[in-house]
Amino acid sequence: MTSNSNVANMRRLVEQLKLEASLERIKVSQAAAELQQYCHQNAAKDALLVGVPAGSNPFREPRSCNLF
Amino acid sequence: MGEMEELRKEADNLKDQITEARKVVQDTTLQEAVAGTTLVGRVQLKTRKTLRGHLAKIYAMHWGTDTNCSKLCVSASQDGKLIVWDTLTTNKVSAIPLKSSWVMTCAYAPSGNMVACGGLDNMCSIYNLKGKDGNVKVMRELAAHTGYLSCCRFLSDSEIITSSGDCTCVLWDIETGTEKTIFAGHLGDCMSLAVSPDFKMFISGACDFTAKLWDIREASCRQTFSGHESDINAIGFFPNGNAVITGSDDATCKLYDLRADQELITYQDSGIMCGVTSLAPSLSGRLLLAGYDDFNVNIWDMLKAERVGVLAGHDNRVSCIGVSSDGMACCTGSWDSFLKIWN
Repeated sequence: MTSNSNVANMRRLVEQLKLEASLERIKVSQAAAELQQYCHQNAAKDALLVGVPAGSNPFREPRSCNLF
Repeated sequence: MGEMEELRKEADNLKDQITEARKVVQDTTLQEAVAGTTLVGRVQLKTRKTLRGHLAKIYAMHWGTDTNCSKLCVSASQDGKLIVWDTLTTNKVSAIPLKSSWVMTCAYAPSGNMVACGGLDNMCSIYNLKGKDGNVKVMRELAAHTGYLSCCRFLSDSEIITSSGDCTCVLWDIETGTEKTIFAGHLGDCMSLAVSPDFKMFISGACDFTAKLWDIREASCRQTFSGHESDINAIGFFPNGNAVITGSDDATCKLYDLRADQELITYQDSGIMCGVTSLAPSLSGRLLLAGYDDFNVNIWDMLKAERVGVLAGHDNRVSCIGVSSDGMACCTGSWDSFLKIWN
């Protein structure tokens, strides 16, 4: 019956909300600091951010052909 | 009747509790926290390669991750083909004809041994790239969804997660071709999914305007993130797995922190009025590359939430984007039938 399934759905929603409400949250200041720290720590390896020297860019055609 | 009313009240109370709990930890905003950080300088990427070969709109692409195939990627087009490309040489490693041309997603297994795809056929087809005689054949057809397959991502060679227009996501056992877990809860078509770097969780974005974080083994939804005003088309993890980025038809992208359980910032510009189709963070997470319906990719400074670059080069909608696992390059796929490699 539709009314029974509506109640069942509502019960499920309440259980899910209880689960989500019980989460332990950290402060936004801590979250922001850690995101920032991760960015800074990995910036040097981020090719799209710092660029790739032409010689070591695997996607660029080599400029010259060295026979040595 | 009485029970329904009580349950409704209880649900509303719990929603208020969650809103309150989120406010309690909101001791600052991301904007304030990064006030002292300098904006990233203008990012200008150039097209290094153009992958030509598809004859119709490209709907999806995915980079390989294995050390053997970190420069390989797979793309899916409604010309009915999956193509595995060597992005360094632009050669086609495999061109796989599909039973159904209405493909919407594709994925590369972390091992490099398999690729998967699916779409309006409601199925996820798994292809073995390393079969005998070098022939690529269908290994499994995972059928059970009652709606289109919008996205799929391998956990390993034996497990894959799919998202569907039937509002559910499913964890499959590839070996047996059966559903291990059904993740239900979204109230609208699931459009996109992403797996956490530690493979323990995944996130889904849906047409109910929310993103959900799921615990794969516990088979439960841990958190739900709201705020978008329209369908979420694209979703991804920040590289350390602690935050989630979403892209929506409401023309914005949002960053949600998992441990603070809330939105940290919105990436929007009054000049951008079209939907976000795809997104990918750069290796360090500092840059967010997002594809839009207006044929462009905008590059955002993820911390400062300002645009720092544009990739203009496609003649139609950018439908998919991905950054290689070593962060060396970004690949865009478009309805103009081309893929481009940028760095």
